[in-house]
Amino acid sequence: MARLIATTPCAGLLPLAIGSVTVTEVDAGPVTLIAPYDGAQKATSDALKAAVGVGFPAPNRTLGQTQGKRPRIVWCGMGQAVLMGADCPDLPQAAVVDQSDAWAIVRIDGADAAAVLARLTPIDLRDSQFKRGHTARTLVAHMTVSVTRVGAQTYEVMAMRSMAGTLVHDLEQAAKNVAARAALA
Amino acid sequence: MRLPCPICGERDRREFYYQGDAVALDRPARDAGGAAWDDYLHNRDNPAGETRDLWHHAAGCGAWIVVTRDTVTHAVSGAKLVGAKR
Ligand SMILES: [Zn+2]
Repeated sequence: MARLIATTPCAGLLPLAIGSVTVTEVDAGPVTLIAPYDGAQKATSDALKAAVGVGFPAPNRTLGQTQGKRPRIVWCGMGQAVLMGADCPDLPQAAVVDQSDAWAIVRIDGADAAAVLARLTPIDLRDSQFKRGHTARTLVAHMTVSVTRVGAQTYEVMAMRSMAGTLVHDLEQAAKNVAARAALA
Repeated sequence: MRLPCPICGERDRREFYYQGDAVALDRPARDAGGAAWDDYLHNRDNPAGETRDLWHHAAGCGAWIVVTRDTVTHAVSGAKLVGAKR
């Protein structure tokens, strides 16, 4: 029988270090999409909180730890969130889908991280508008993604796994452009 | 152009897909007759002034919204979720 070797979505593509910015892949552990049924958001949130310690997040927000494989949950669209870093408990009042292998998750870290992302996404990344724990469904180049601020100069981007190569390419090019401009200054 | 998604806040037009006149939400009764259905399916106003359009926040939260804007001044005056009462 064939021996199958599991690879991460960005295997062979990351890490990158360009100028002041590093791009690394995040192994988030189990990733589960949770969509509470109509009127069941509170019940689902309570069940999640009891089982893994984080409830269901408000729109454009995340809950939980952002370092290591600890439970956290990221809002990812109308009535939807992804739970990461913990096995999903039984949630009888929600639609639940295992998406552990479906997302390419990368972190962009460094003094110019926001400048790099700003070249690719139309959202307002200013400190006053996009704070730690804030998240957005938006675009990076032409891809629909989830962008989350996880630190003062650290951002996380989730894209569909099939887009991993394109995501890394776009981030690499933007980081090179920002570094080139900094070198001129 | 920026559109105020009721869920995500003000966002770039690139994140949205235009879905036509919001009259599409006012579906006639099944037995309303040919004239009403013809009007609903095919006839659209082309106002110089306030217009109500459907937009899909396709590259955002996924919501369908009704955006009120002025075709003369380009001012966007508001947006509501479709099916908000649900
Ligand atoms: Zn939205």
